[in-house]
Amino acid sequence: MSRTLYDLVGLAAGVAFILALKGLSHPKTARRGNLIGAFGATLATLVVFFYANPGSSLPLNNLGWILGAMLVGLLVGVPAARKVQMTQMPQLVALFNGVGGGAAALVAIVEYLHLGVEATTAEVIFTVFTVIVGCVSFSGSVITFLKLQELMTTRPVIFPAGRFIIAATLVSVIGVGGWVVTALGTTPLLVLAALSLLFGVLFVLPVGGADVPIVISLLNAFTGLTVAASGYVLDSVLLIIAGTLVGASGTILTRLMAEAMGRSLFGTLFGAFTAKPQDTSGAAEDRPVRSGSPDDVAILLNYARRVVIVPGFGLAVAQAQHTVRELADLMISKGIDVAYGIHPVAGRMPGHMNVLLAEANVPYDQLAEMDEVNPTFGQTDVAIVIGANDVVNPAAQTSPGCPIYGMPILEVSNAANIIFLKRSMRPGFAGIENELLYDPKTMLLFGDAKASLTKVVSALKAL
Amino acid sequence: MEPMAIVSIFVLAVFVGFEVVSKVSSTLHTPLMSGANAIHGVILVGAIIVADHSSTNLELGLAVAAIVLATINMVGGFVVTDRMLEMFKGNKK
Repeated sequence: MSRTLYDLVGLAAGVAFILALKGLSHPKTARRGNLIGAFGATLATLVVFFYANPGSSLPLNNLGWILGAMLVGLLVGVPAARKVQMTQMPQLVALFNGVGGGAAALVAIVEYLHLGVEATTAEVIFTVFTVIVGCVSFSGSVITFLKLQELMTTRPVIFPAGRFIIAATLVSVIGVGGWVVTALGTTPLLVLAALSLLFGVLFVLPVGGADVPIVISLLNAFTGLTVAASGYVLDSVLLIIAGTLVGASGTILTRLMAEAMGRSLFGTLFGAFTAKPQDTSGAAEDRPVRSGSPDDVAILLNYARRVVIVPGFGLAVAQAQHTVRELADLMISKGIDVAYGIHPVAGRMPGHMNVLLAEANVPYDQLAEMDEVNPTFGQTDVAIVIGANDVVNPAAQTSPGCPIYGMPILEVSNAANIIFLKRSMRPGFAGIENELLYDPKTMLLFGDAKASLTKVVSALKAL
Repeated sequence: MEPMAIVSIFVLAVFVGFEVVSKVSSTLHTPLMSGANAIHGVILVGAIIVADHSSTNLELGLAVAAIVLATINMVGGFVVTDRMLEMFKGNKK
């Protein structure tokens, strides 16, 4: 296959990726967009096997190894993607992003070893960039995975003199990068990789649980840029186009997410260092709360005219999506006006709750976005908060210095009655006490969300 | 390739990337992130190229690892995005 034809196919795949991102931006075309992207990627992969790179012949050298490695990747990737629970989506995206960054860094290292002293300065600079950013993306994604999987604390990890250690690591990463460019050699490059891995860990540790998705999105954009840089070293137009597209769109997406949470990107990444210590001395456990029975809840709902359901991640953990839909349908059949108030970051990542409710076949038109539903809480008789906490926490509006301060919230406190379905008094993912739980118009229904909702449904049916 | 051509491609791709996602609704943030994630799995192409011209065992070993990781990224990314979007579609009335 000629170089021209090879590049044309690469361009076609690049166009497919543009169409994919374009399609993914609208609900009606999203699935088709993703399939176009998958088609482009398949095409780009197949065509490499028929193009002899300068200095190699067809069929490709090491063909057995290449195909075997792809098979292993398929055997790991496809079952993981098929079997993952929708609740664990953020972790999986983080992992997939991390392995992509790792792959880019490895490709850069191999190419560097291969070129040896023949590498041009520009190629070395791009290699250094790819190794740094790819390694940061890899180790950073692993930490986000551990946080989301709750294998480690979801709170910001702050160590003494943390920001100085991080700054010092960054300076040494850049210093060693310069060393690689001037000295050329395998050892400096491996030192660079190790330091970059360390920096990725240090960079993500101070980020609080609720902000982790923004970091994943940012690392996703980083990985895109490393792919673009690899494209320069490997002389591939396709990699440059694809990598740049992901880098640019990922940056915008990161900003959109940060806006939805009312956070600046800088605050997300470094907020833990500047936030004042939390005032947790209020001895929260001692204060009285009003807890109710499923019957109390059913009576309250029976006489309501408008009910807003605020689902959170706890709903999905309890696998209660179907039960909540049953409750909503029952209320609608009783002539009650029902809406779901969806916070943009409900769940563990932006848009996550929409995916989770879609899985339970909740009709699209009942899902109200935050800006839509907030003005209606004044006319709402009952707001049912199911397994959500941070997205309704008034601390976001009232207590400067708390990690979620400034995040727009669902203003359920304007509703006439608030019902919280909770497993315990444990605070939410961001680890912040919620004043609303102690509000006199709040009733708490403790227990597993699914079991509680089932009881409420049968109590409501009996009325 | 001409450095100027590369810079041009890069700059234009940045603007296209900004433009295509600037109006996405928060409903689709998760699938979009996952889909964009799958696209950078195309580094698989780069991994195959370096595996082809690996001349030492070290190079080949690292290249093979890169292929495994890139395949997971690309194939897994597209499959899981499709799974999410399938549910959105079944939801339409």
